[in-house]
Amino acid sequence: MSLDPSHTHTPHLGLFVSGLCKSYGPVQVLADASFEVRPGEVVALLGENGAGKSTVSNIIAGSTKSDAGSITWRGKPYSPASPAAAIDAGVGMIHQELKLLPDLSVAENVYVGRLLMRGGRIDRAAMNSRASAQLKRLGLDVSPERKVRTLRIAAQQQVEIAKALTLNAELLIFDEPTAALGSEETELLFKQIRKLKAEGMSFIYISHRLDEVAAIADRVVVMRDGRIVARHERADVPVRAIVEQMVGRSVERMFPPLSEPGSETLLEVENLSSPERSFQNVSFSVRTGEILGIAGLIGAGRTELVRAIAGADPISSGSVRVAGKPVHLNGPAAAIKAGVVLVPEDRKAQGVVLDQTIGENLAIGNFDHVAPNGWVFPKAVQKFAEAGIGRLGVKGRPNQAISKLSGGNQQKVIIAKWISRPPKVFILDEPTRGIDVGARAAIYDVIADLARSGMAVVVVSSDLEEVLGLSHRVLVLSRGRQRGILDRSEASNVAVMELATS
Amino acid sequence: MAVSNGASELKAGPNTQAAAGAKLSALFAGTMGPLIGLMLLCLALSLTTDTFLTVRNILNVLDQVTVLGIMAIGMTLVILIGGIDLSVGSVLALAAMVMGFVAHPDHLDLGMPAGIVTALVVAGLCGLVSGLLVTVTKLPPFIATLAMMSVARGLANMITDGSQIIGFPDWFTSLSIIRHFGFLSVTVGLMIVLAIIFATFLNYRATGRSLYAIGGSAEVARLSGIPVKSLTNWVYAICGVLAGLAGIVLAARLDSVQPSSGFGYELDTIAAVVIGGASLSGGVGSIGGTAIGVLIIGVLRNGLNLLGVSPFIQQVVIGVVIALAVATDTWRRRAQ
Repeated sequence: MSLDPSHTHTPHLGLFVSGLCKSYGPVQVLADASFEVRPGEVVALLGENGAGKSTVSNIIAGSTKSDAGSITWRGKPYSPASPAAAIDAGVGMIHQELKLLPDLSVAENVYVGRLLMRGGRIDRAAMNSRASAQLKRLGLDVSPERKVRTLRIAAQQQVEIAKALTLNAELLIFDEPTAALGSEETELLFKQIRKLKAEGMSFIYISHRLDEVAAIADRVVVMRDGRIVARHERADVPVRAIVEQMVGRSVERMFPPLSEPGSETLLEVENLSSPERSFQNVSFSVRTGEILGIAGLIGAGRTELVRAIAGADPISSGSVRVAGKPVHLNGPAAAIKAGVVLVPEDRKAQGVVLDQTIGENLAIGNFDHVAPNGWVFPKAVQKFAEAGIGRLGVKGRPNQAISKLSGGNQQKVIIAKWISRPPKVFILDEPTRGIDVGARAAIYDVIADLARSGMAVVVVSSDLEEVLGLSHRVLVLSRGRQRGILDRSEASNVAVMELATS
Repeated sequence: MAVSNGASELKAGPNTQAAAGAKLSALFAGTMGPLIGLMLLCLALSLTTDTFLTVRNILNVLDQVTVLGIMAIGMTLVILIGGIDLSVGSVLALAAMVMGFVAHPDHLDLGMPAGIVTALVVAGLCGLVSGLLVTVTKLPPFIATLAMMSVARGLANMITDGSQIIGFPDWFTSLSIIRHFGFLSVTVGLMIVLAIIFATFLNYRATGRSLYAIGGSAEVARLSGIPVKSLTNWVYAICGVLAGLAGIVLAARLDSVQPSSGFGYELDTIAAVVIGGASLSGGVGSIGGTAIGVLIIGVLRNGLNLLGVSPFIQQVVIGVVIALAVATDTWRRRAQ
């Protein structure tokens, strides 16, 4: 393990990344990132969400420009101005969200943007046979004339890889390629990667699943907070060691002290499953004054689970009881009536109406309070809004446009919207996503206060520190399955990550 | 902007002034631009013609915009929730034909009241079907109401195999002719009363405010417990009823009904709502703005007639006005 790549500089025709930096406004997302990828090798890029993996791979793939630093590729300086320039230089990226045109054929997708022409017409025969050849190289027997929409996700991914191969890619970047794949499909992908590797191709492999990394990678680079914190020359590093490097920052944030939970059980979830199997057989309960954290990687089913409990998405089986009474989960209105409220994951798309004022946003969903007989008078809205604003310390006035508020204050408005009912179960999905670190402490205080006032609180977060700092207990999901519930005393970064990557 | 407002309020006694300012801006929210446009238009026409600024002519304009005005109220609701209704012109014709068929002595001869009620029910059902196509079948509103536009027009033609029905009782036609108190015909009065009712509904009723939330973000509204689907159905149904009512008003004005009437009215109606400051993406708009939009179209047509401008040029002018109105609105928003 070495922190300075210049010592390991042996000349080869691979990729050298040196001192890359990138900031968005005042936020530095990438600081002095340096590593290398040799020909015929798979380098795993690891880190928590927001560690800078995507930024560095986007720079290499030409979709983002770096502020400083340089890249050498195949012995020449390399700074792609666009993904097309990167592809011309032999660098391709397979995104987590596949970039295919679902209503075009496999061959058309492989050759999109550079359709083969003959005599002014599209040469379908040539396109089909060449695309077919690349698919066979991957061991895939799919008709090139089939529409991409009709293929399984795994097969669609193969089409993306075939596309990169026809572009003569020498370096492929995979961003969480197995997130949507089953274990057999993952095995097939690994087989192909090994085959292409033997032919001299290089890979950057981004993943959260440490078991996979050990199986496929030759070397490992670990990132945290935009920096490279470790480089391992072999992939069979103990998982524990990598996890500690990924999460191992000292806690700088101030989490409020948690009050003792009461004894009465408020929320009981039993064997809950979703129709899309995004979560299965989840059971837990939350007491009055208790905060339950839900941890897991992206795609583990956390958001789907809490949305279902709040009535926002349908369930296929299982039951939810609030204060002993079963909740009929047929829509948000029923859940709200039963006392379950949700602060949704995507604040701008699901939480606030950006065209409206703070007061109007607070009144949505509370017309039964604001307007007991159906008449909404501006004065009543104003009074209701002032109460909510005052209670949570929102920096704004009722008639101010909510779009002018900071993310933290918008989030407080969403919480204030529900607080007056008062709810029995308060669910917050990613409560601090996109909110400045400095403003997070205020949100944490609010969440702790919700629990102190006797509500059962459920917090979903991708930020492990947040889950650990706020929760009395932590439920860990992985691929839709409940892997365990850890008590505050036994919940550590490592313990949670081990369950989440299992 | 927010900063300078805050500073001036601090100096001049915070609450009363802020509240008064808020009330005034709420009343004209989003309609200031169209209102200025309407006033400039009236001013220009007063200066260029002798006849525009006469009581008689203003009453004429009001008479001429009743059909458009009543339809535009329903369209405002639909556009507010982020939808669109292309079927209103056809539904107008269908309702009028149903009324004629049920009421006229040559056909069922069941009397005017039965004819009017049946017409409104049929129009409401057309709207409800459009709504259900949107909420249950998940068709885009454009497609759902495009289909209804064709179906309703076909049905209107089927009733009499395409021929018109002429001649209604005197009391019915006089609804749009006799000016009570010297100025107000029943049909114009009806339009004004409906505008006031729906403006009050949208501004001060919980359900009305919910429509703004649905248009602003249907997902936020749904997660807040607002019954988005059933309100959407209601809005399309009401839009249908109002289109039917407009058909009845048109019948009173013409003393006849024909299956080809109301052709292209949906576009005039949408134009009026959009000129009035509503956003086609939903969540923004008001009855006040729509009223101004309706008047702009009415005054423009009337004024161009007075000036002797050919109807072909009138179409060009109205097209330019639509583009200008929405463009200025977009620029203003961007400047903010």
